[in-house]
Amino acid sequence: MAEISANDVSARRRRRLFFGIVGAAIVVTIVAVGLLMNIFERKQEARNPFYRVVELTDDTEDPAVWGKNFPLQYDDYKRTVDQVRTRFGGSEALPRMPTKVDPRSTLSQSKIEEDPRLKVMWAGYAFAKDFREERGHAYMLDDQTLTERQQVVKQPGTCIQCHGSVYVPYKKAGDGDIIKGFEKLNQMPFFEARKLVSHPVACIDCHDSGTMQLRVTRPGFIEGIRAFKASQGIQNYDVNKQATRQQMRAYVCGQCHVEYYFKGAEKRLVYPWAKGLKVEEIQAYFDEAQFKDWTHAETGAGVLKAQHPEFEMWSQGIHARSGVTCADCHMPYKREGALKISDHHVRSPVLNINRACQTCHKWPEEELKARIETIQERTFKLRNVAMDALMDLIKDLKGAKGAGKSDKELAAAQDFQRKAQFYLDFVEAENSTGFHAPQESARILGESVDFSRKGQIALRDGRNESKSAVAK
Amino acid sequence: MFRRPENSMRPQTIQGILLGVVIGMAVGIGAYTFAYAKGWSYLTDDPAACANCHVMQEQFDGWVHSSHRAVATCNSCHTPANFIGKYLTKASNGFWHSFFFTTGGYEDNIQIKPHSRAITEQACRTCHREIVDAIEASHAAAPTSQLACLSCHDSVGHLQ
Repeated sequence: MAEISANDVSARRRRRLFFGIVGAAIVVTIVAVGLLMNIFERKQEARNPFYRVVELTDDTEDPAVWGKNFPLQYDDYKRTVDQVRTRFGGSEALPRMPTKVDPRSTLSQSKIEEDPRLKVMWAGYAFAKDFREERGHAYMLDDQTLTERQQVVKQPGTCIQCHGSVYVPYKKAGDGDIIKGFEKLNQMPFFEARKLVSHPVACIDCHDSGTMQLRVTRPGFIEGIRAFKASQGIQNYDVNKQATRQQMRAYVCGQCHVEYYFKGAEKRLVYPWAKGLKVEEIQAYFDEAQFKDWTHAETGAGVLKAQHPEFEMWSQGIHARSGVTCADCHMPYKREGALKISDHHVRSPVLNINRACQTCHKWPEEELKARIETIQERTFKLRNVAMDALMDLIKDLKGAKGAGKSDKELAAAQDFQRKAQFYLDFVEAENSTGFHAPQESARILGESVDFSRKGQIALRDGRNESKSAVAK
Repeated sequence: MFRRPENSMRPQTIQGILLGVVIGMAVGIGAYTFAYAKGWSYLTDDPAACANCHVMQEQFDGWVHSSHRAVATCNSCHTPANFIGKYLTKASNGFWHSFFFTTGGYEDNIQIKPHSRAITEQACRTCHREIVDAIEASHAAAPTSQLACLSCHDSVGHLQ
């Protein structure tokens, strides 16, 4: 009996050892095969940065087709639907009941409800009716089509240049010439031009279909940068031939993230850069052109609306000076397996600090975020001071007008309002809350406060000389 | 109650064959994976080995253009000077690098760990002992706060 049980025990032990070794060998084999496959995949990725699945031509408009050759970039591009708030920017998805006219089920927060002083600044203009925090690229076409501003004014087809993928539509309308197509669409009513466009900004708007090189397709920028370069003594500048690769990484974004106006009866889109990119140079340009966006409803001043001058503001900052472009922070390089691609999920760098900032700034994420927010909080504080000063001037002007003062007597103060308002809006409408050029933003806001207070002094002292003739 | 089969050698033979097959497969596939992944190269001093897995490509490119390429390899600055320390560090870093690169979930702008940073700092001090001694002798007034070479010279090895 004892012998048998001893045999049993040793047999069981042997069996256990046997299965143990077999099991371990199986696990080792599975892990080794898994690793082998993984290494194989990475080596393949490193060998072929992309596979040509479809033929792309200069007429391939649909980004989904480009996405077949560049699936990683396309996936990121589609993620611009994300709505994430940052301390001062970003957008929040607020639920909304879709209607027949406006099928949007989410909207971003309303800026004019957050700060009602904006309604006073824009009194008499469509922005006082509806103005929301901008959302990602995916929404640019819908949000422009469906904004309530459309109900207040008849907008021209010009708007579509930056609210849709227009390269192919311009080419078609101009029989191959994008400038001709641009001129044709500018003169259409918005909703007629809207019918010709099917996508928000797409691959073809920034990339050459054959080489994938960056290129500028927006006539507004092509002409604007030519005028700006001419002011610096460079004649006949051709951006697509003369710009460096690194410059292009800012210029393709500068195609739309700029200050602009609609010139003349043909509503030509013009970037006001013939005197330079700084706020006073743009103001001087508008004064010389005797241009006003609208007449202020409460004071009668001929005023201007600044529109997201990100490119101009960035140009005055330390990052531009160091050769760091939009794409370096808003589309930083990222790693997908063995591949290195630029992130086509264009968004706030605050949501992507490791890739966007830490390539150059070797500090902890919290430290970098704190630096950004310090700049933004200071700018926002000064912006509020400037806003209050402008409200005071508008109130005084309104009072003086009500008391029966003549246009001539109000002209100087109205001109100061025009300046104060444009300077303030230049920082307010710019989407970095000062970050793109902190000292420049502070300077502009400081001068805006000065203009508002000088306007009040002009009213008090009865000075009536006006510098620009438009401010009536 | 068990009744052994007539031929008691047979199950053991089967077991032996099975063992041989599974262990042979594990060793064979393991060895092939090792060779395919250029496993031997990690035992050398060749800096190209560090860029095998693609993650260190920028650092490698930076080193090729750096002032130190003629006098120092990756191992000169990133592993301790003694034999055991060097291979322990290689084994530990090698394992964790492979682990994170295979499973994902690491930051794109990779960051050096405090322990590895200390190794590099020590490497600066080993080669440049004379000048470091001279600097620290003249700053003896603050002996507790040792200056780190890397706080200023962080790009001598590679920019990225």
